[in-house]
Amino acid sequence: MTVTEVSVNLTINGQAVSVPEGTSIHKACESAGIETPTLCWAENLTPVNVCRVCVVEVEGSRALVPSCARAAEDEMVVQTDSPRVRHSRKMVLEFLGSSVDLSQATELAEWMRHYGADPDRYDQPDLVAERISEEPKIQDDLYIRDYDKCVLCYKCVEACGDDAQHTYAIAVSGRGFGARISTEFDTVLPDSACVYCGNCIGVCPTGAIQFKTEFDMRAAGEWRPDEQDVTTTVCSFCGVGCNLELHTQDDRIVKVTSPADHSVTHGHLCIKGRFGWQYVQPPTRK
Amino acid sequence: MADLFFGDDVADDIEIAAVATAIGAPTAVVHETERLVYGGTHRRHDHRHLLLPALHGLQNAKGWISPGGLNHVCEVLQVPPAEAYGVATFYEMFRLDEPEHRADVTHVAHVCVDAACQIAANEELIAELEANGEHVHRSPCLGQCERAPAQFRQGIGGPDSVPADTVEVARQIPQQGDPSLRLLRNVGVVDPTSLDAYRANGGYQALAKAIEMGPAEVCTAVADSGLSGRGGAAFPTGVKWRAVAAEQGRPKHVVANCDESEPGTFKDRIVMEHDPFAVIESLTLAGLATGAENGWIYIRGEYPLATARLENAVIQAREAGLLGADAAESGHRFDIEIRRGAGAYICGEETALFASLEGFRGEPRSKPPFPTTHGLFREPTAINNPETLINTLDIVLHGAEDYRSRGTERSPGTKLLCVSGRVSEPGLYEVEFGTTLGQVLDLAGPLTGSGTLAAVLMGGAAGSFVGPDALDMPLTLEDTRERGTTLGSGVVMAFTDEIDMTDVLVRIAEFFKNESCGQCVPCRVGTVRQHETMVQFQTKGSLSPQRRSLVDDIAEVMVDASICGLGHTAASAINSAMDLGLLSKSNGEGPQFREGS
Ligand SMILES: Cc1cc2nc3c(=O)[nH]c(=O)nc-3n(C[C@H](O)[C@H](O)[C@H](O)COP(=O)(O)O)c2cc1C
Ligand code: SF4
Ligand code: SF4
Ligand code: SF4
Ligand code: FES
Ligand code: FES
Repeated sequence: MTVTEVSVNLTINGQAVSVPEGTSIHKACESAGIETPTLCWAENLTPVNVCRVCVVEVEGSRALVPSCARAAEDEMVVQTDSPRVRHSRKMVLEFLGSSVDLSQATELAEWMRHYGADPDRYDQPDLVAERISEEPKIQDDLYIRDYDKCVLCYKCVEACGDDAQHTYAIAVSGRGFGARISTEFDTVLPDSACVYCGNCIGVCPTGAIQFKTEFDMRAAGEWRPDEQDVTTTVCSFCGVGCNLELHTQDDRIVKVTSPADHSVTHGHLCIKGRFGWQYVQPPTRK
Repeated sequence: MADLFFGDDVADDIEIAAVATAIGAPTAVVHETERLVYGGTHRRHDHRHLLLPALHGLQNAKGWISPGGLNHVCEVLQVPPAEAYGVATFYEMFRLDEPEHRADVTHVAHVCVDAACQIAANEELIAELEANGEHVHRSPCLGQCERAPAQFRQGIGGPDSVPADTVEVARQIPQQGDPSLRLLRNVGVVDPTSLDAYRANGGYQALAKAIEMGPAEVCTAVADSGLSGRGGAAFPTGVKWRAVAAEQGRPKHVVANCDESEPGTFKDRIVMEHDPFAVIESLTLAGLATGAENGWIYIRGEYPLATARLENAVIQAREAGLLGADAAESGHRFDIEIRRGAGAYICGEETALFASLEGFRGEPRSKPPFPTTHGLFREPTAINNPETLINTLDIVLHGAEDYRSRGTERSPGTKLLCVSGRVSEPGLYEVEFGTTLGQVLDLAGPLTGSGTLAAVLMGGAAGSFVGPDALDMPLTLEDTRERGTTLGSGVVMAFTDEIDMTDVLVRIAEFFKNESCGQCVPCRVGTVRQHETMVQFQTKGSLSPQRRSLVDDIAEVMVDASICGLGHTAASAINSAMDLGLLSKSNGEGPQFREGS
């Protein structure tokens, strides 16, 4: 049976673009060769459209529109580089840079330069802009959580919940600037529902959640991504056939990922594939 | 059983009993053979919508929600504990840490710190209560601005209460007895606890007529009347109802948005307290007009009297057959459930309200899709403010033409106005659209104190300030828009030049910072930066050039890129105050407060 695809025709930056119905504006931009910054969006997760770094101007819409979540429509007229769009993208990046540690959010650094975001302009001698200030949570040997770096993109929550793991060990708690990713009552991970699949690490764009190996190596000044090799292999623990990417530095495995576009894993693994290479016991659970 | 993980903490008997009372025994045991978790983004409404009532039960029983209590609720409702914790920590009325209260503490006193109370010596009330050994919680607007400073007592092991609820109605509605009143005609006149009294005064005639007319004709009458939403956004009600009526094949809902938390707003409270049957009747009418079987009332948690009156009204209506399988002999099923909010301004935003009612964090959703197709439980929903709803009774009874004979062409009908601040007769007023601001202030009596009028806050914290030159402004949707302000939820708050507006504006900035749900970056961070700016102004008496250059940048991204109306309006009142030079007066700062102005 053949399915005829209905396509929609829109205009992006004056250019006519045709995409299948249901395509997001972000994807439509991509097909027209226009790059869009994203932060809370990922190929393998349901869009939450909260970060607003991907906003575009759509004619007839008073507010800007999140391109990652809004579907392209017939006759839509989209601007991705208008003064309003540039201003909002720059401000979102500046707001984040002025409140959390983005030093490991490598993709954002590029965009911050592009839009001329200057997070430092919020600080003055007599007015220090409020920042998120949290101590790293080091509660086991497998991974750490450092919410100093968290941009609240909800990706880890989605990966732990409906979009992959269905464990629901973490959720957003609190409100406003005080909102944090948390277990119930901030319980330590080994006492929580966490099963150490590491999917949250895989999706975190800022290094707020990272392998303990990476965290320790960074602390010791030994983390050198430029010298790392990535070897693709199939996990041998069971018969599912998950693709593993082994990241090695000095012939030692330093972390394990899985490609987001892999048909079996969609980037998600279990504790064995993710941490089985570490000759440490997973933390004991009751 | 579903494979949820619970820690070791267990509930005690008091907590178990409190949960059973709150959500009923029949649902208190769930047997599942396969995985069934009411978590994540899936809006499974079988049990999860009972989360908020259950949390209220726990909070009331002990004065806080303990890990054991939370575990128990999660087990009963099959909600992941991390998510339930995320929900509980969203709300002002819930505590998740054990209070150091003495065992005999019966309540926590919430005292309002928003504008109307700020200028009515609320700090003295707080000091007095604390001196008496009370536990005081500084609260955003409690919806009692006409009797500032306002207080609400959140009970522990006993009911919630509001000390001022003994104030006689005439003081809340100075126009009481005026024969021209339409929306307020029953208030203070008809016993709000008796269905018989309500019916004896014409109650339920509109519903009977609506049943005769049929849904299509009712929608037409509402559309022709030109009625627009009174919750702040002024969306045409007829358009909304028709859209829901046109949806077929899925369960449908009508919701009365009784969350009323816009600072300065108290109209819905007075209507619900003194004419609850009108709210029930008009919600039923909305249900029949849209073909929805499910009616919901989401009422803010700090309104104990209004909640009790509505609960009583629902019970009496149900007993009389006006709700239920064949509601008012219409041949259609319609019933109403009442849900209490727990302290979160954002839950008045319609999509946040749905999320909250469903048992999730009160985070707004992106629109589209709109509530008319994806509302409560992602099903077609007509959500209206109670003032909007009660207008439809008049429209159905007397017809659209009669309705349009009041007000103006583009703003037909009458409007409830919440007048507060430095006026001698603060309270709820009903006037025809087109009445000028000056006329309304005249109704509310001479200004109090010895100052002269400096500014009026229109539409609440999400609205804007106007100066004395706006007294000739007719209060209509079109005129307020033309003058760059808004009627919003009907707030008219008067300030005299004796008042230090800087303190008021710092508090407005703090309000938005505290009430931001935190979901999107422009509002989560923007409201913090805006507050910092105002604090700098307050402490230094002026803004550094560097911060001044940020004022418009911050406002612009909140307006342009925020998800919902909270972020869109968070800079509005503050910027209007700057433009009016309200800040300069007390601080000697010139009118060039903002760059380029
Ligand atoms: C932050 C925020 C708070 C709101 N609070 C309320 C409220 O307390 N009551 C209300 O009726 N509408 C409130 N609204 C408006 C609702 O989203 C919605 O427009 C309204 O309930 C629709 O009913 P109406 O058409 O009868 O006005 C709020 C909107 C926003 C953005
Ligand atoms: S490791 Fe897996 S189970 Fe644990 S929090 Fe992360 S996603 Fe959830
Ligand atoms: S921890 Fe990482 S993935 Fe989770 S919300 Fe924060 S930045 Fe996003
Ligand atoms: S604008 Fe503010 S309140 Fe609205 S969704 Fe964004 S963070 Fe939440
Ligand atoms: S990537 Fe679109 S809103 Fe975050
Ligand atoms: S009750 Fe204090 S401002 Fe409304």
